[in-house]
Amino acid sequence: MPQGIPDADSVETRTLEAFADTILPGARRTPDDTAIAGRSHDAGAVEAGALELLRTPATGVTSGLGEFVGLLNDHARHHADLCALPLTEEEPPFVQLPFEERTALVRALTSPGHPEKEFWVMLSLFCNMAYDSAAHMSTPVAIANGHPGLTAMGFAAPDPDGLLRFKEYSYGRPLARLHPDTTSSGSPA
Amino acid sequence: MAEGRHEETLDPWYDRVAEAMGVRTQDWNDVSYPGGLWGAACDHSGRTANPVPVAVDKDTCVNCNWMMAGCRFEAKKSLMFNYLPAALAHGATIRPLHEVQRVERTDDGGYRVHYDVIDEDDYRIRTDSGSIDAKIVVLAAGAGATPVILKRSEPDLGTMPNAVGRYFSGNGERLNTAVVDEDRVRDVLGLERDDERAYEAFQVGKGPCVANWDRLDAALPEYSRYSLEQLYFPPALGTILAQVPGAPAPSWFGADKKEMLRRWKSWLIVFTMSEDDNEGVFGAPPPTGNATRLSQQMLGRGTLSYRPTMNTLKGWAQSDAEVKEILEKDGIASVAPWTNDLVGAYTVHPLASCRIGDDPHTSALDDRHELRGHPGIFVTDGSAVPGALTVNPAMTIAALAERSVPGIVDAARERGVDVTYGAPAPDGATSGRGGVLKLVGQRT
Repeated sequence: MPQGIPDADSVETRTLEAFADTILPGARRTPDDTAIAGRSHDAGAVEAGALELLRTPATGVTSGLGEFVGLLNDHARHHADLCALPLTEEEPPFVQLPFEERTALVRALTSPGHPEKEFWVMLSLFCNMAYDSAAHMSTPVAIANGHPGLTAMGFAAPDPDGLLRFKEYSYGRPLARLHPDTTSSGSPA
Repeated sequence: MAEGRHEETLDPWYDRVAEAMGVRTQDWNDVSYPGGLWGAACDHSGRTANPVPVAVDKDTCVNCNWMMAGCRFEAKKSLMFNYLPAALAHGATIRPLHEVQRVERTDDGGYRVHYDVIDEDDYRIRTDSGSIDAKIVVLAAGAGATPVILKRSEPDLGTMPNAVGRYFSGNGERLNTAVVDEDRVRDVLGLERDDERAYEAFQVGKGPCVANWDRLDAALPEYSRYSLEQLYFPPALGTILAQVPGAPAPSWFGADKKEMLRRWKSWLIVFTMSEDDNEGVFGAPPPTGNATRLSQQMLGRGTLSYRPTMNTLKGWAQSDAEVKEILEKDGIASVAPWTNDLVGAYTVHPLASCRIGDDPHTSALDDRHELRGHPGIFVTDGSAVPGALTVNPAMTIAALAERSVPGIVDAARERGVDVTYGAPAPDGATSGRGGVLKLVGQRT
């Protein structure tokens, strides 16, 4: 089930959530959730903790988030103009874009040659990492708490001591002919 | 490696490294499920596949694939367990978190090495700085940092050889991610983990376990030779650049990518190591380190530019096609290469940015690994390797470093340092030493 409550007040939060939802989309948390476009049936980057990670100073992006949001909404306004999409004052421009247009804009911003590409790639990277690594928390805690990304991926749970071990790991039989020019130490001749 | 003459010359040095680090051949019982799957797929398409030698203690390894920054179980035989304790036993001092910034010449003909001490958690923070005076300097900061230190030292040391910071090679590296069809793995390849699962084991293992070496024949045309190795990268590093097989590019993000992540247990990564054109060039050094650090540890912006030539691109395209042919045969898997759009070309084995060679214009080091025009400065890391190797370069980097040591010992003795060559391996073994002493005798 979706978790969390959309933040109706903060332009920064809603814009960043919409960006994270474009990277790995999730399900709407409430019927009137506008930041999440609702293109998936279960939790995506936002519920996985993208904003918590982006607001962790270790990432190096935290102090620039306000600027990112301003830039993203400027780009969204321009994109809406090009697509003849009407915008209102009620929501940040990026949040008002339909999912396909959010996707098209993120593609443009992260394409080779875009002058701001590096920033948008960094932002995307951390949205991705919130979901597939739970980088903002310890891995055993994330798994124990049912972190949506690690759970969906099937990331293996550690032993009770917090360490991961795979007792079964091999098919245990020869599965190919060896290269004819293999040295006695097992390297290519 | 591709030229027999070089390998023959290096053989005793490879043996010395293998003995020092405990490199061992794996057999099929050691090979992880992903390695086994790659071997079986190669075999199914008429190719060979080999378990690869690794420096891993198979009795203590738990196949958790959590070894990118060491090993919690001390099964991965990193330098922490061989060369470094041996160096300590011989009187060396190790200064952790000391980041060398530049080298300057002293009035007595020696060198002064300037360093910053960085915070153990946040590498963006400098906590101290200082310098060490030395009669000789052996640089081994890696192919991404050694040329940066030398270029930053130019105002003090004088002009660097032309090849410092040029001819960087990414070892021709390229990655493909496959999403396997579990039913086809069982039905076509006959693989089963248990009654329920054919594979679902991407996370299980110890990095690379099985490689295909059918394209390593030295007689094949240049830029068409490569090895194809099963490999594991953890999430983030191993997921962000992966593209969705069959989807229109770019597909590294979005709804389809999320569905691909849902099948993460059924992923298989195949790693190409090919030949490139040494096309990487470093720009002006950043203020400190080898990059402007963005995140507290991993992410930084360096000055290396690498624009793959048509030769390099051709090799990648050829290896992509072969990986696809092997893994998509009879519907075993769907495959797509990682995107180069986000971070440009990538590599985990940077090489050649301060390389040895015969031509002073295209090599920064002479055959003793001494920096041309700067006697007493030696370079012994991956930057000294002349070019892409088509295989994992770790053994060759270490073998070249071992090969350079007798000359470094000579240089130290000439400057009055009381050292001799010929220590046994860190665990006391001596057969590797026996093999190289004969060569050392020939050269002196």
